[in-house]
Amino acid sequence: MNPVMTRRRMLGALSGALGWIASRPAAHAAKAAVQNLLASSHAPKGYDPTKHKWLMCIDVERCIGCGLCVDACKRENHVPEASSFFRTWIERYVIKVPAAGGNDARGDVLVDSPNGGRDGFPPSAVPREEILKSFFVPKLCNLCEHSPCAQACPVGATFDSPDGAVLVDSTYCIGCGFCIQACPYGCRFLNPETKTAEKCSLCYHRITRGLRPACVEVCPTQARIFGDLKNPVENDPVQEFVRKNKVFTLKPHLGTEPRVLYANIDKEVR
Amino acid sequence: MDPLLTPVVQAAGEAHHLATSIEGYVYPNEQNLLWSVLIVVYPYITGLVAGAFIMASLVRVFNVKALTPVYRLALLTALAFLVCAPLPLLFHLGHPERSFQVMITPHTSSPMAMFGFVYAWYMMAVLLLELWCEYRRDLVVWSERERGLKGLLYRVITLGVRDISPAALHLDERMSRIITVIGIPSAFLLHGYVGFIFGSIKANPWWGNVLMPVIFIFSAMASGMALCVVLYKELCWFRRRAVDDACLDEMGKFLFYALLVDFTVEGLDWLHRLYAAEESISVLKQLAQGRLFNTLLVIQLCLGTLLPLLALGATQLMHGRIPVWFRQRIYYNSAFLILIGVLAMRWNVVIGGQLFSKSLRGFATFKMGLEGQEGWLLSAGLILLPFLVLGVLVWLFLPERPAGPDAKKTAAAPTAG
Ligand code: SF4
Ligand code: SF4
Repeated sequence: MNPVMTRRRMLGALSGALGWIASRPAAHAAKAAVQNLLASSHAPKGYDPTKHKWLMCIDVERCIGCGLCVDACKRENHVPEASSFFRTWIERYVIKVPAAGGNDARGDVLVDSPNGGRDGFPPSAVPREEILKSFFVPKLCNLCEHSPCAQACPVGATFDSPDGAVLVDSTYCIGCGFCIQACPYGCRFLNPETKTAEKCSLCYHRITRGLRPACVEVCPTQARIFGDLKNPVENDPVQEFVRKNKVFTLKPHLGTEPRVLYANIDKEVR
Repeated sequence: MDPLLTPVVQAAGEAHHLATSIEGYVYPNEQNLLWSVLIVVYPYITGLVAGAFIMASLVRVFNVKALTPVYRLALLTALAFLVCAPLPLLFHLGHPERSFQVMITPHTSSPMAMFGFVYAWYMMAVLLLELWCEYRRDLVVWSERERGLKGLLYRVITLGVRDISPAALHLDERMSRIITVIGIPSAFLLHGYVGFIFGSIKANPWWGNVLMPVIFIFSAMASGMALCVVLYKELCWFRRRAVDDACLDEMGKFLFYALLVDFTVEGLDWLHRLYAAEESISVLKQLAQGRLFNTLLVIQLCLGTLLPLLALGATQLMHGRIPVWFRQRIYYNSAFLILIGVLAMRWNVVIGGQLFSKSLRGFATFKMGLEGQEGWLLSAGLILLPFLVLGVLVWLFLPERPAGPDAKKTAAAPTAG
């Protein structure tokens, strides 16, 4: 082959590679600019998401299943009224007494969540003497550190905010539903009115203004504990919660690294 | 639910389903089944594209001369279905008017965001280019022969390149070959990527699976080839031409192998699931024996895979002992069954994956209406649409009268022999 030709080719390839490398920061900057222009959250002007890291903790033993949080969430965030749309909900676990002399330490598990627990729970259909134990588990977006929903969104309408919230920009969402399929915890739904994906935002419009999420505010037993890791207060409840309890996350094997921490849950909880 | 009872119960109809539409516990938000028939149709159509293209590439790249009579038909089929492939996706969006955002601000970590690029690449760089090279000579001839709009159309498609000297034709030939060589991995990419959309969802144990793209590719090949068999026979029948026996035999052979590999890979998937027996296995078993019994075990496995596999296998093993007319029946009917089986497979993946709760504690039921965005009618229409497009393409580009003496070899259906 002609040596001049190869040299020229090599130069061409090299400049191509250099051009590619040089164009990347530009492309990133352009993308960030477009996103800034297009993405919107409900934070007030001047709120700096890099100065906070929000965290939610749940003490299962304290939850009494009253459903006030579910109701507060529905009202605060205009969640559709139907019993199949929730940003947060309460599950009741009833674990039966195992068959006498059988191989199981615990009997069958019954889980229910009538109207998401919004109206509290009617007495269980299982007779009292057949119940080994029963407890309530509040559920909400698990604030995954490696959020599969944000990973899956084709347009970046769902995104991880640096303050730990995982948000949906409903003005940018195309309503494909991919994020809903990707969430392992069933925390998302497609809002039938706006036709966009929706989920718990930790009441972003409130927390960015110094308030607590509506569910935390109304919980009569303080089963929900909310705090900011970057700005601990005196006797910080979150710090105390993590120090005093053995904490768990849901479906840890999926590697989503949830930032919603649970204390006192049983193995049956999924 | 008793697996033996299931078909009976399912046959009892909607009334039963409405009463027991939820069984066990599902997360409250999961009561709304999200993806519907449109998302069943989408991978089905792209699969047919990929399969038909691979059938065509057998002629170009692997030099399977016997398949020449279906070469152009296969390419046109791929085009007709590719043109319609984005429609179901578009219609299922909550905000179709925002769909362009996928192109201007694609989120690079999302497999779905790649759709626009994979699609554009396949359409522009592979299919249209290959068709153009293949047809260039004929377009020049036709544009001289035909008057009116049709002639004008041919002239426009030549893009002004009217050189049909032997050297130019030779170049076309070489380019076609190169494009097809690029086209094969592209077809794999197009459909493997569709499989990856499902396979990448680790939240769903029915979907999240490394084999998913592979399964999608091979089932796509089987369905696309089956479609070519059916279309070729129908076209011959429609034009009252004798079919080319050698060509059909060859198609039957490739169909058999594609189906065999598909069956093996899907079998491997099940074997692995049953053996590894992860947390989700009991819910998946119940799914297969219950809500998916008819579509998975009866239609997809028995009718759509085992039966055609046996029939096509017989034509391969006892080729000489089965008379030609009967062999052709077998090819045609097997192809038809495969087409239905693969459609059922798409249904089982897409709908089946949403019938059980991610809490692994219960099942939902899929109810589908006739009208509306997620109804039967729209989906049926979207499956039929590519056939209409194909009809027009065949009328334009597979005329009964070949374009010249040596174009005979690529005409739709030359007389047998
Ligand atoms: S729990 Fe679901 S919605 Fe929340 S961050 Fe994780 S994947 Fe996303
Ligand atoms: S539904 Fe909206 S937020 Fe969810 S993946 Fe699609 S575009 Fe993103």
